[in-house]
Amino acid sequence: MAVNLELTQEKFQELDDYVDALPETKGELIKVLHKAQNIFEYLPKEVQIHVAKKLKVSTAKVFGVVTFYSFFTMEPKGEYDINVCLGTACYVRGAEKIAEAFSKELGISVGETSADGKFSITGLRCIGACGLAPVVTIGEKTYGRLTADMVKDILKDYK
Amino acid sequence: MANEKMHVLVCGGTGCLSAEGEEIITNLKSQIAEAGLDTEVAVLKTGCFGFCEKGPIVKILPDNTFYVRVTPEDTEEIVKEHLIKGRKVERLLYVDPDKNEAISDSKKMDFYKKQMRIALRNCGFIDPANIDEYIARDGYMALGKAVTDMTPDTVIQEVKDSGLRGRGGGGFPTGLKWQFAKSYDADQKYVICNADEGDPGAFMDRSILEGDPHSVIEAMAICGYAIGATIGRVYIRAEYPLAIKRLQYAIDEARNYGLLGEDILGSGFEFDIELTLGAGAFVCGEETALIHSMEGKRGEPTTKPPFPAESGYWGKPTNVNNVETFANIPVILLKGADWFSSIGTEKSTGTKVFALAGKINNVGLIEVPMGTTLREVIYDIGGGIKDGKKFKAVQTGGPSGGCLTEKDLDTPIDFDNLIAKGSMMGSGGMIVVDEESCMPAMAKFYLEFTEEESCGKCTPCRIGTKRLSELLELVCNGKAEMRHLDELKRLSRVIKDTSLCGLGQTAPNPILSTMEAFWDEYIAHVKDKTCPAGECSNLIKYVINDNCIGCTVCAKVCPVECIEGERKQMHLIDQDECIKCGACYEKCKFEAIDKK
Amino acid sequence: MAKIKSLDELMKIRANVQNKVDLREKGENIDSLIQVHVAMATCGIAAGAREIMDFIIQDSHKEGIDNVVVTQTGCMGYCYAEPTIQVTLPGKDPVVFGEVTQEKAKKIIEKYMKNGELVDGIIPVTHKTVE
Repeated sequence: MAVNLELTQEKFQELDDYVDALPETKGELIKVLHKAQNIFEYLPKEVQIHVAKKLKVSTAKVFGVVTFYSFFTMEPKGEYDINVCLGTACYVRGAEKIAEAFSKELGISVGETSADGKFSITGLRCIGACGLAPVVTIGEKTYGRLTADMVKDILKDYK
Repeated sequence: MANEKMHVLVCGGTGCLSAEGEEIITNLKSQIAEAGLDTEVAVLKTGCFGFCEKGPIVKILPDNTFYVRVTPEDTEEIVKEHLIKGRKVERLLYVDPDKNEAISDSKKMDFYKKQMRIALRNCGFIDPANIDEYIARDGYMALGKAVTDMTPDTVIQEVKDSGLRGRGGGGFPTGLKWQFAKSYDADQKYVICNADEGDPGAFMDRSILEGDPHSVIEAMAICGYAIGATIGRVYIRAEYPLAIKRLQYAIDEARNYGLLGEDILGSGFEFDIELTLGAGAFVCGEETALIHSMEGKRGEPTTKPPFPAESGYWGKPTNVNNVETFANIPVILLKGADWFSSIGTEKSTGTKVFALAGKINNVGLIEVPMGTTLREVIYDIGGGIKDGKKFKAVQTGGPSGGCLTEKDLDTPIDFDNLIAKGSMMGSGGMIVVDEESCMPAMAKFYLEFTEEESCGKCTPCRIGTKRLSELLELVCNGKAEMRHLDELKRLSRVIKDTSLCGLGQTAPNPILSTMEAFWDEYIAHVKDKTCPAGECSNLIKYVINDNCIGCTVCAKVCPVECIEGERKQMHLIDQDECIKCGACYEKCKFEAIDKK
Repeated sequence: MAKIKSLDELMKIRANVQNKVDLREKGENIDSLIQVHVAMATCGIAAGAREIMDFIIQDSHKEGIDNVVVTQTGCMGYCYAEPTIQVTLPGKDPVVFGEVTQEKAKKIIEKYMKNGELVDGIIPVTHKTVE
């Protein structure tokens, strides 16, 4: 399944309908951006400008909020987003080595997406599964108690 | 219901669900139905049991059998042996590492023996998606008691008398906070629950919301009654999808029962709760920043006063408490302030939940009375250090805290003692590190975190944390000189004194406390250009010693082919080419490679 | 779901739903309760152990004994005397009763569980349970 990243008219319409249904738009910028990222998968410039107009706030304010919060992304993620937990518990149990191993296998750094759009690596702050540290999640699947040797085998499932 | 003779509880916390907990539940249900026992045995998905190290956990009641590390393949044996024939599945029982004996009753395990669960009282005991189970455990009785028999002032007095202090980090007396919020008149006031658990390595708030959401809802309503607010908001991390789902479901259930909404329990008191999703910013744990984020803005803090109690959400009086603080409230009202204040120490009453993590045998979520010593937590409950290594330090208070060492092990844990020791309670993350962890590198890890999470509003924090992490980078790469260490100290103090909010004011703590306790390690990095713990890759050297028999394994695994030597002869590592990946060190079976 | 309109109504609901967690609360305090283990291996079940178990749960409830927890267990090895049950009063050694019929179960409940008086049919305990 390839992720559909096109900025289609239907998607903008869906976002507009969502905003129109809100009882109040004051203070709801973050809520609207959550929805927008949900619809578009990411928040490119066009989407930010659209949100600004719709909510009647400045584009600078929208940009300011998007860049402030780590949950919002202006770059599309890969089809398989590899989330490496970099929380303290995982760090102490060697998460950095795991992140390096993924980087080496895929040739991209943490925060980047591969050229074919298939993989991206994201560093997360604690998903709360510290008992399984170090932890990586890919989609719905969680891989726990990892060692660097296991990385190759994990990626086999997705290649 | 009446026919049920057994309850099978399966942990439904994030940690265990990640490890195929859902499949275990499905398997159990279908296999129990196949065996025709579905009227006699109930399978329930509960909140976190806390013993995450051994998850997924399956507990069978009433005989209290505690199965650990259960896989979906194990369920058939549990059903056939335990549920049908009543024979415990020995191989799935927890084995006491000291006595090497299987223990089936969780109460007899060291991990649970010293715990006292107040905030976590229902976690791992009830089905969080069933309000009746919460009510059966005296749920909403405290709210009922408050709105029927108590005035707002007596509620506040009770909370004040209990001595409860904020569990989110600051330790401010909760009753006093409520009193401030009550003292301001306004047409609208707000109760906010801070569920933006940003401290990496702490997950108690998530576990409470997943395992016992109603306790937080009930407490927020009580708070609303006490301070005169009708609207509650939970600010929750978007990274916690399961907690969001369970909390929303619980709010809907409470509304259906009329426990939220207008005229609660016929008292005329009105209160309702909505969720606001955060978007990932550590600074939003600070209450003014949190309030700005709730208003849809960048989560930047503002100077206090005015405190939120006077001018908070949309400029109205607002009371902000964290999840664990709220979870204590219903019990305090039901059992009384005297009971609560009899637990713990004089100035830190009650219990505290800690997330034990790192190089410790029993990773998990624990709750102990305040005043328990670190030694009891780490050795008795935590089961000591992993792989028999030596204890080095425990980091408390997350990126704002400091580390405690061997000499602090017998210090009773409470708010004031931890501060006196140069650390802090924080939200309750406890990361244990062993001799193989490098302290300057650990400080660097935290500073990189605060640097990234600094909101950028004030200069000392925005630029200062960056400079600090650059200096630590120099230390860890062996490029620092003594003047850099002086610079680190001086800059740390400046940032502490001049930052706008708690994030900046506490950011240098990991540096100052590791410098205090492990000064010789810093010196080793700077003067001798070595890393005693062997973690900083630029400072370590792998050298082959006389044990080498020339098996060639190291030469084969070396990714840069810098190991040379004939078969059956001693090999040699070319230090100029070596990238210090450690692959040879890990693969060598003869202990022939030294890490220096 | 009907709305709860007062604290009294809430208390009534609590009383109605108490049984949902009763079993679990008993498990938490098992050492201070009367524990009844019913041997439920194949031979026990064939001899009617399941019916006996149901009967004990219902009848002890009827008799107003709330501090009893009934669990099934594997073969205790007294095959000649199935169905067998083991009753442990708080702080006392376990006592095993053999060839338990409904009438006998009733006696055990009325005499032993209520008042600690022994009744006929005790089997000398030859097995030990691993805790």
